Amino acid sequence: MLEVRHLSKVFFEQNDSRKPGLVALYDICLTVRKKEFVCLLGPSGCGKTTLIRIVAGLLPADRGEVLVNGNPVTSPGRDRCMVFQQFGLLPWRTVLGNVEFGLEIEGVPREERRDISRKYLELVGLNGFEDYYPHQISGGMQQRVGIARALSKKPDILLMDEPFGAVDAQTREQLQEELLKIWAKTDTTVIFVTHSIDESIYLSDRVVVMHSRPGRIKEEVLVDLPRPRWEGDVKADPRFARLRTDIRESLRG
Amino acid sequence: MAVSLDEQLIQELALRREQRWSLYDHPNLIRAGSVMIFLILWEFYGRRVDPLLLTYPTAVAWAAVQLIWSGELIRQLLVSLGSLAAGFGASLLLGVGLGVAMGRSRLAEAILDPHVNALYATPQVALIPLLMMWFGLGFGVKVVVIFLFVFFPILINTVSGVKNVSASMVEVGRAYLASERQILFKVVFPAAVPFIMAGVRLAVGRGLVGMIVAELFTAITGLGAMLTLYGNLFETARMFVVIIVLGLLGIGLIQATQMLERRMARWKETERAVN
Repeated sequence: MLEVRHLSKVFFEQNDSRKPGLVALYDICLTVRKKEFVCLLGPSGCGKTTLIRIVAGLLPADRGEVLVNGNPVTSPGRDRCMVFQQFGLLPWRTVLGNVEFGLEIEGVPREERRDISRKYLELVGLNGFEDYYPHQISGGMQQRVGIARALSKKPDILLMDEPFGAVDAQTREQLQEELLKIWAKTDTTVIFVTHSIDESIYLSDRVVVMHSRPGRIKEEVLVDLPRPRWEGDVKADPRFARLRTDIRESLRG
Repeated sequence: MAVSLDEQLIQELALRREQRWSLYDHPNLIRAGSVMIFLILWEFYGRRVDPLLLTYPTAVAWAAVQLIWSGELIRQLLVSLGSLAAGFGASLLLGVGLGVAMGRSRLAEAILDPHVNALYATPQVALIPLLMMWFGLGFGVKVVVIFLFVFFPILINTVSGVKNVSASMVEVGRAYLASERQILFKVVFPAAVPFIMAGVRLAVGRGLVGMIVAELFTAITGLGAMLTLYGNLFETARMFVVIIVLGLLGIGLIQATQMLERRMARWKETERAVN
């Protein structure tokens, strides 16, 4: 489904584009199955955001390639949708207008995209907020809008770049649970960037641990916790604790 | 409708604000009074001074009635407004168009930058004698002068507005498969509108100045020409009528732009109020 083959990315110096600067990603290989939930976990500067941006087609790779359903990625495509860290909402558009954005670009007729957008706003629990502007609602609600906008395009792969990094802890847990519920209802593959160990275990089937300088994959940890994970207290499960210890070790070493 | 919890609690606490009539609560009354006193003082003083130098309110009012009755004031006002509208409209189209090009393309900016800077740095009044040689004394030259006065604030604000559009916003457009054209019209332009409107507000005042200066130079038609004519005839009261009309015009146009600005950039204003 998604295949990353020997991917490398170098960032050049700002003021001298001939001088190589930082090796952001070095020889990354990663395969993600259909309907899998994978977390990219690592410290700031390990290249996880760079990796997801290359998969999104927003940034070109220097070496290697990304294949989605066997097709090489060179630009953004309708099979992938991105949820941004700072939400990426357009402040002059209402909540409904923001969800409609992707469909509007695609040329879906007005009435139809209204209906679709309303449906997805309901899915993320925002019905009744259609006419609000982004700055009038909380950060958590803004990111729900971002998620509804991405889902409305029915992507094969949902790319999430630290989507809950800018909201408070309680809201974050709530959003994690809701994301799992929404994901359970769809056939979407999710690639989720985070630097929270607990978040990565709670959400994913597999945690890809990354290291920095150069950015590379250190280890892949399979999360064998049962689903659905919102029932009971998964974080109290001894297996959860063991995974947390393993991953923390892996991040250190 | 049910009483809110806040209202209930306020009633329970028996809190009430004292409401007594106070002059301080009616600043408009104070303003009106201030203007009245000024006019009365001016009337008394004005009647004692040589009418060639200064006039007085009732004489100005009478002159206004005469100028309106004869149709001269309205006719010249329309001529002035016509050239203002033409010059402003051309500036808006070209200023926003070039501004977007310069803000989006480094090539366009490098090509146009030296010309824009040179022309902007030159006091535009200095060009008027030259423009009169090229465009004559009629409608055309006035439009060109107004265009020059108005063009730069619109252009410069558009450029900085477009440059201020965050890269992440443009990236959202790209991630959702927007074409260059769609990014321009659905992301960059709406994001730059508050800047452009601020430029338009600055431009309105300059446009009025340009209009009057051009008409004083050419002195054939328009409110500026009326000023020159009645100045030469020492008809001070009639000059005052024109000056007051210009003042009112300025207030009206700036108010109208502010209203438009608030409507078009509402999200920016409320966003600012929140942060």
